[in-house]
Formats: sequence, C-alpha cells, structure tokens
Amino acid sequence: MTSSVPPAPTATSTHASASASASASASASASASARPLLEVRDVRKTYHLPRGQTLKAVDGISLSVMPGEVLGLVGESGCGKSTLGRCLLRLMDVSSGEILFEGQDITHLKERALRPLRQRMQMVFQDSYASLNPRRRIGDLLAEPLKVHPGPDGRKRARATIINRLHELMDLVSLPVGALDRYAHEFSGGQRQRINIARALALSPRLVVADEPVSALDVSVQAQIVNLFADLQARLGLTYVFVAHDLAVVRQISTRVAVMYLGAVVELGETDAVLHRPAHPYSAALTAAVPRPMVGAVRAAPLGGDIPSPVARPAGCRFHTRCPFVQDRCRTEEPVLRKIGPSHSVACHFPLAEG
Amino acid sequence: MMMALLRRLGQTVFVLFGISALVFLVFFATPGADPTARIAGRNASPQTMEKVRQEYGFDRPLPVQYATMMKKLFITQDLASYVDRGELVVPEIARAAPVTVSLVCGAALIWVVLSIAMGTIAAAMKGTWVDRGLMMLGLIGISMPVFWLGQVANLITQSRYHDTWLFSWVPGLGYVPLTENPWGWFKALVIPWIVLAVMFIGIYSRVLRADLVALSGEDFMRTARAKGLSPTRILLRHGLRTSMVTFVSLFGLDFAQLVGGGALLTEVVFGLPGVGRLTYQALTNLDLPLIMATVMYSAVFVVLANAVVDILYLFLDPRVRDAR
Amino acid sequence: MPAETAPPMAAPLLDVRDLCVSFPSRGRMIPIVEHVSFTLGERDILGLVGESGSGKSVTAMALMGLIDSPGVQITGSALFRGQELVGLPQKQLRRLRGREIAMIFQDPMTAFTPVYTIGWQIDEQIRAHERLSRKQARARTVELLAEMGVPDPARTADRYPHQLSGGLRQRAMIAMALSCNPSLLIADEPTTALDVTVQAQILELIRSLRSTYGSSVLLITHDMGVVAETCDTTLVLYSGRVAETGPTDALFAHPGHPYTAALLASIPPLDGPRPHRLPAIAGAPPPPLERPAGCAFAPRCAYVHDTCLPAPPPPLVPTGYHPLTAQPDEASAHTSAAGTSPPPVQFAACVLPAEGTPLPARLTHSELSTKPNFDTPDQALPPPTSFSSGEAHQ
Repeated sequence: MTSSVPPAPTATSTHASASASASASASASASASARPLLEVRDVRKTYHLPRGQTLKAVDGISLSVMPGEVLGLVGESGCGKSTLGRCLLRLMDVSSGEILFEGQDITHLKERALRPLRQRMQMVFQDSYASLNPRRRIGDLLAEPLKVHPGPDGRKRARATIINRLHELMDLVSLPVGALDRYAHEFSGGQRQRINIARALALSPRLVVADEPVSALDVSVQAQIVNLFADLQARLGLTYVFVAHDLAVVRQISTRVAVMYLGAVVELGETDAVLHRPAHPYSAALTAAVPRPMVGAVRAAPLGGDIPSPVARPAGCRFHTRCPFVQDRCRTEEPVLRKIGPSHSVACHFPLAEG
Repeated sequence: MMMALLRRLGQTVFVLFGISALVFLVFFATPGADPTARIAGRNASPQTMEKVRQEYGFDRPLPVQYATMMKKLFITQDLASYVDRGELVVPEIARAAPVTVSLVCGAALIWVVLSIAMGTIAAAMKGTWVDRGLMMLGLIGISMPVFWLGQVANLITQSRYHDTWLFSWVPGLGYVPLTENPWGWFKALVIPWIVLAVMFIGIYSRVLRADLVALSGEDFMRTARAKGLSPTRILLRHGLRTSMVTFVSLFGLDFAQLVGGGALLTEVVFGLPGVGRLTYQALTNLDLPLIMATVMYSAVFVVLANAVVDILYLFLDPRVRDAR
Repeated sequence: MPAETAPPMAAPLLDVRDLCVSFPSRGRMIPIVEHVSFTLGERDILGLVGESGSGKSVTAMALMGLIDSPGVQITGSALFRGQELVGLPQKQLRRLRGREIAMIFQDPMTAFTPVYTIGWQIDEQIRAHERLSRKQARARTVELLAEMGVPDPARTADRYPHQLSGGLRQRAMIAMALSCNPSLLIADEPTTALDVTVQAQILELIRSLRSTYGSSVLLITHDMGVVAETCDTTLVLYSGRVAETGPTDALFAHPGHPYTAALLASIPPLDGPRPHRLPAIAGAPPPPLERPAGCAFAPRCAYVHDTCLPAPPPPLVPTGYHPLTAQPDEASAHTSAAGTSPPPVQFAACVLPAEGTPLPARLTHSELSTKPNFDTPDQALPPPTSFSSGEAHQ
C-alpha cells in the first residue's frame, strides 16, 4: 500500500473529463478542478487494548474523493467504515497516514487551525435525535454555526443575514419555516434528519460525510431522505462520503463505492461495476446476501462463518477464512489493492472479474 | 481468571502503599508543626520529647521516618501511645477489632437478608399496598438517626421495660467475647445489630426494588417470560441474580466503612469497645499514634474490601471476567 | 360431525380474529392494534410486515400474553389449536409459552441473561417444561446447538452470551426457542441486529425449520426483502391495521393496496437500472391518536378520493388475483395443507378493488431491464404522476 489509489473519473461527476489527468502522481500540478477534494493516504487508526492487543479499526486505507462525486463506504459491522468517516473530517485523530483536504494536509492540524476548514466539511450522523439538543429551538441550533463562524467577508454575520439563511435552509430541506421555533422532540425521525442536514449545510460546505444517515428510518421515509441527499447534491454541487451498511441505499446515491472488510478497502470502483460485476469475493457475497423484495429471486448460498474479530484479524488475505474460493496463497500473502480497470481496484489475488 | 485475581491483588498492595504514605505525610510532615510534640502529647517533658524524637527518627530524612513508622506499625508493632501512658497501640486495635467485626457482621447479616426479602417482595408486588408499605418502612428506617434509635432502644430495654418478661433477658451495656460465652455474646449484641441494620435495610431494600423494577423491562426478562418460566423463578434466578452485581458493590463499601470504624455511634451508644469507639477516644485525647493507627486500619479495610468486591464481581458478572 | 365444520386436520394452527390492543395514556385508550385478523397454517411461514409503530410487535406480544402493562385492553380472539389465547390466565399461558409457542427476539445480545451461560439458559427452558435431569437436558441442548449449525456445540454451551458473535447468539436463541419442539415460533425482527451475510444464514436456518422441526413461523419484520425470501404468506400492517394480506408471491407481484405498492416502490433497487429518484411516500405514518377515521393511509395515498375518507376504514376485500395460476407448485402445497378449504386469496383494505379499479401489477426492476416495451393488460388505473416529490410537509 505505497501509492494512493488514483482518483477515478466518474461519469456523473462534473469534473470527470479533467480528473483523468489527475491520476498522475503529481496531483499538485493539476488544475484546481481536477484536484481531489479529499485524499487519504495509508491512513491507519489503531486502538491499543489491554493485554497488549491492538485493534486496527482502519488498516492502511488510501482513497481520494473528487469534487462533486459521491463515494459510498459499505461494509458490515466492525469493518471500520464509520471510524474512517470520522477520521476523514478529523473528528478523530488518525494513528498514521495523511489526510489532505483541498490539497492541504490536515492530518496534524490543531483544532484551532481546523476550525475555518470545518465550515467546508460537515458531518451528518445516524441518530437524528441524539445529534440535536432537545432543550433548544431548532432555529437556535441552526443559527449557532452561523454565529460562531465569520461570514464570507470575514466579519460576523448580521442578524438579518442569519435569519435569511435559516429560511433558505428550511427551504432546501423542504421544512416549513415554522419548524425553526420548535424543539427536536416535536419532529418525526425523517424531519429530524432533515434538520440535521440543514445544520450540516448551514455554512455551505463542500464536503459532507454522512454516517448511516438513513438506517434508523423507516423505508418510506428513508426514500425521502435519500432523494433529498441526491437533490441537494445536484443543486449545490456537494461532495459526499456516504457511509452505510445498506447496499441498495448506497447504490442509489453513490457514484463510486468502496467495499470495506475488517479495516481495509477490498474493492473500489464505480457503483454498478462493483455491485453488478464484483471482482472481490466478499463484494460478491455481500451483494448476493441482500434479500431482494421480490419473489423468485435467485438465492445464492450464504457466506459461511462469522466476521472475525477485528482484534484477531486473519493473516494473509483478511477475507480468507470465509472466502469460498480460498487458495493457499491467500492464507499467507496479503493482497494489495491493485487496479484491474481504469477506475476499478480490488485487493484479491484471484479476482472474479477483470475491469 | 487467575491472572485477573493476581492483578487485582497487585493493585491492592500498591494502593495500600499509597494510602499509608499519604496518611504518614498528613500526620508527620505537615509543615510548621513538630510531630514530636504532638506524639508526646500536651505538656510533655523535654526528656519525653527527646525520647520520642529518637524513637521515631524525626531528626532523619522523611523516607526513613516513614519506614520507621511502618516498621513500628506492622513489624515490631510497638507503636505506643504517650498520652495513654505508653499503651501499645497495635494490640489495642487488635483487641477492639473483634468487637467491631462482631457488631458489623451480625448487622450485615440482618440487613442483607431483610433487605433482599423486602426489596424482592416489593418488586414482585409492584404498585400494591404491600409494595408501598414496605418502601415506606424503608424510608422510615433511613430517616432515623442511629444514635437516637440506639438511645431509644436502650431506654426501652435497659430501664423502662427491662423488668417485664419481654426484655428481662437483655444484659447490661457492654461486650461479651464470643470465645468466652457465645450465648452472652449473642445477647449483648442482638440489639446493637438491629439498631445498626435498620438504616441499611431501608437503603438496600429501596435500591434493590428500584433495580429489580428497572430490570423487569429488560429484554432478557422478557425472554425468560417467553420461555414459560414461573414468575418466582424469573424474579429470583434472572432478576435478583443480575441485581446482585449492584448490590454487592454497594454492600462491599458500606461493610468496609463500618468495620473500619464507621460504626462509631452505635459502639458509643451501646458501650461496645470497638474500633470506632477507640478512634473516638483517640480524637478526644489527641492521641496521635492511635489516630494514625486507626486511620491506617480503616484504610486497609476499605481497600481490602474493595478488592474483595472486585473479585466477587469476577464471579458474579462474566462480562467483567473477560474485560480484564 | 356436521359437514360444515372443517375436519380437525384442516383447522389452522393459529386463527386470529379482530385482535385489538389498546394502551391507556392520560385517561384515554390509545389503539395500537385495530382489528387484526389472520390465520397461520401448519408448517407455514407468515410474514407480519410494517414500519415502526405499525403494531407488529405488539401483536406478537399480545399473542404470547407478554403485555402486562396496567390497564391494557386486549379484545378479539386468537385461537391456537382451538384454544383461546386472549384472556387465558397467566398460569395456563405459561404452560404454552416456550413449549407450544416460542419466541425469538431482535437483539440476541440483550435477550439472553448476561450472567448465565447459553447452555444453562437453554437447559432451563427444557427443564421448565419437561421432567429431565440436568444431564439429559444438557445433552439435548448440545444436540440442538449442533443442529442450528453452531460449531463445537458442547463448548459453546458453556460460554456466556457476550462471548459469542451476533450470528452464534441468534443461533443459540433459535436453539432455545426450539428446545421444546414448539409448533409455533414467533420471530420478532430476528435478523435486524445482524450483518447482512449473517442475516442470510439465519434466514436460511429459519426456512429450514419447517422441514426439520415442522414448525410454523410468524416472522415479524420491517424488511420487505426478508419477507419475500422467507414467507409463504404476507400480512402488511399500516398504523395498527391490516392493509393487505395474501400469498407472498401474489402480493409482491400484484400489490392490491396502494401502501404495499408504494412501500415496495420506495425501496432502492439493487439490480436493474437505477431510478433517477426514488418514488418515496410523502409524510409519515400517523400516530395512533391522529389516525384517520377512514383509510389510515389516505393522507399519503396517491389514489385517495372521497370514498376513502369517511369511517369506517375500508374492509378487507379480495383483490381479484388468484395465485393458483401463477405458481402451481406453491399453490398446490397450500391446498394440500389446507385440505378442502378454498385456496388462499389476496385481500386488501382498500376501496379500489371494490370500485373495479385495482392497482396495476408491480413492475419489478428486473422486468424493467428485460422488458423494455412494457405493456400491462391489467392496467386499470394510470400510475400517478409521481408518488410524491414534495414529500416533506408531514
């Protein structure tokens, strides 16, 4: 895992044509639009447990996120997707590696130096209720970031500007303006998630990391919020990193998908390429395991065994204990993420598909 | 499991060392005060002062002083009280300790049994008048100060109704060693036991009831019901057993605190020559070596009891076993 | 014997009629479940599906007699092998629970008592219902765990719940539920807390139970995918009422209730082309006290018209689709199990079928991809312009 994965040109990305040239190693010379908005290089997050055990929650991940794209991070529990999401925004310190936001190394920035950058990178969490202070009005909650951060002219925002912005935000997330005067408990789960999105958007960020933003919602409401995410992205030119365990939701929203297993990315590529022509046996098993809401769908034999504990990660390929195609080489040699197509990478010695 | 036990014991030794050093520093290294004068007591002669200084090494560096003190406390056990005409402190505590232990153990037995019974019955009959009545009793128990209750008990059993058939068996205030006369020991202690236990019965039964009621909403209690178990079994084997984790931690601290001298008021009221009363005397006489020794003794008990509670945890809660 | 009454063999295992559950709150009764009826045959898997607050778990708890909040009102009837469960004294219910009707829960971590080993807890259930020695019970426990696919069952039995993975815990939970060979297994969101690859294993296990144990399963879930893959019959609940019920294949192919159709449409597809926008349902399900007098789904329904609004809520009417012709294998299995009774049909609590304008057949996404020129003969109503896009003002 020496070099970073080259940023993939994506069909839906507005910067797709320019990003092809960015795959060159010297991304600094590329034009601003072709530069990845966010880049992580060999990022690791290790926890030290009692008895000298270590938990490698994130185990050497390199990724880049181009402006205007949606990168989906999928995987099962313990794969490190949420940890990685938090590390991306420096809500958590990484153990090693580099995180570059808009080309600037933010890996070791102090909280003070990060603060101006925080306006441009925001997060939406799973638990819509816990993220909202129940004792404060929604309007106050949303106004807070606008009061704390200076406006674009570097000065404090005027009261009228803030109120205008709040109305704009309510409009963006399709909530009535009257919602500003109410409290979090007066809203349903879907509405609260809209409020959380509005808060994330208050400072007009470029990057939003969404950690399982719809998994606590009922299906009918979930579709509303997924649509809202898509609409906002189109309207505001946002870039998302969308963390979720639900493959169907991730497919709906993402341009590219990174499949994670036990702390590492095992496959990375354009969404439908990864989900429909998976190269990694794990991606294939994951896709096959999702129950389809239709009768007569062909049922694949489920993957055997359990996800190993991240504390006792298998040697060699991290997936070899459950892989139906395991060979001797997989037990000893760890596969690295390598390109099998222009925008498709897989960490497998014997990929199921090429390109 | 074995490793966890050993590790816990290691921690205990370390904590004990820390506490002894701290106690030593508080008593003998307070700036601006000469410990010699304080040990020797008020109006001590210069000869006594000199003797004390020699004996405790107050003219030598602090670590040596500490070592001397610990040696006198634990090894040679010849720490002597100057106020009390050279009475040896350690044997004094050794004589008082069984009294306190007798008092506290008996009371503990009563309060554990009764509070478990009351708490469990109240939880089982939640919302009925039995529940409300028991909890009200508990509240009354908590609100009665132990010295007042003790005095009232004395008044009734020692003077007012002593001559009736009901209380004629009650012996005079004081302690009878268990080894000399077990029946006498029991008779002398049974009223102090009850008096000391009353408050704890109140606290523990209320805590236990609240815990059991909270547990009844847990998923595993629902599973137990779905298994078709009887309500009694669900309450005792699943509810009560799980509550024991909280109960034991509470008990360990209270028990240790009482054995360490916290039963002072009960001991004074009933004229029991226990550690609490000893501490009380030492404080009134400003008997520094005795205070030092009782504080150490108390600290040792609290720390040891904590260790015992933690070890009990290992048996009671398998999750703790693996977390270490 | 009178000719009208069905022979005992054909009587369904569980026959629920007009089950209502209301909880008191601030002097009012809140109707959580209203007039739910269904039957579950021997060796059948019935899916009770709905969103949160639809009353699916409360229904299950009511059947088990596990609702004991003060003042709760349960009416209607639930015949289990001809025995009335509603109002049955706890003492008799206890004899049924665990032995005749067993239950598994969503989170196997919290559903086991943390301070006892898995084996101890399974032994306990066996010994609560059968006179077996400790040793005999443990032998059965180990055997059960092995049958549930638990590796090294004898040692696993001696482990505590927190020491096992989620999948193993759920297997142990199922082993415990099956330990007394119940004829009915109620599974309340059994895979919701599990990862998707483990979920696939557990669903396969549940499907296999009917052949290995002859158990009927009442599967409660919010996941339409789980229902489609697992259940013979599906019951869709919406806001405490039955919206639609029918054989799973028919219901998924021809949803008869606009809610079922909209719910299925709002699930993002994993295969086939990716829709530009998801056809979401506007708003959110109504809280029980604000439930409309007429059809509960009316405020969110794309087909809503005047007849939907007045009370009472529309009754269940046949949707007009007969699965008999669609799936001969499945259907014949049903008829043989049900004896002489007519084949099950699909019912929807909606006015549309009665008005002669049933919903069009569902476009599955795979059909969309394989059949570009789609033309349905059943199409009676044009699909609404959109299920909603301005869905937010709830």
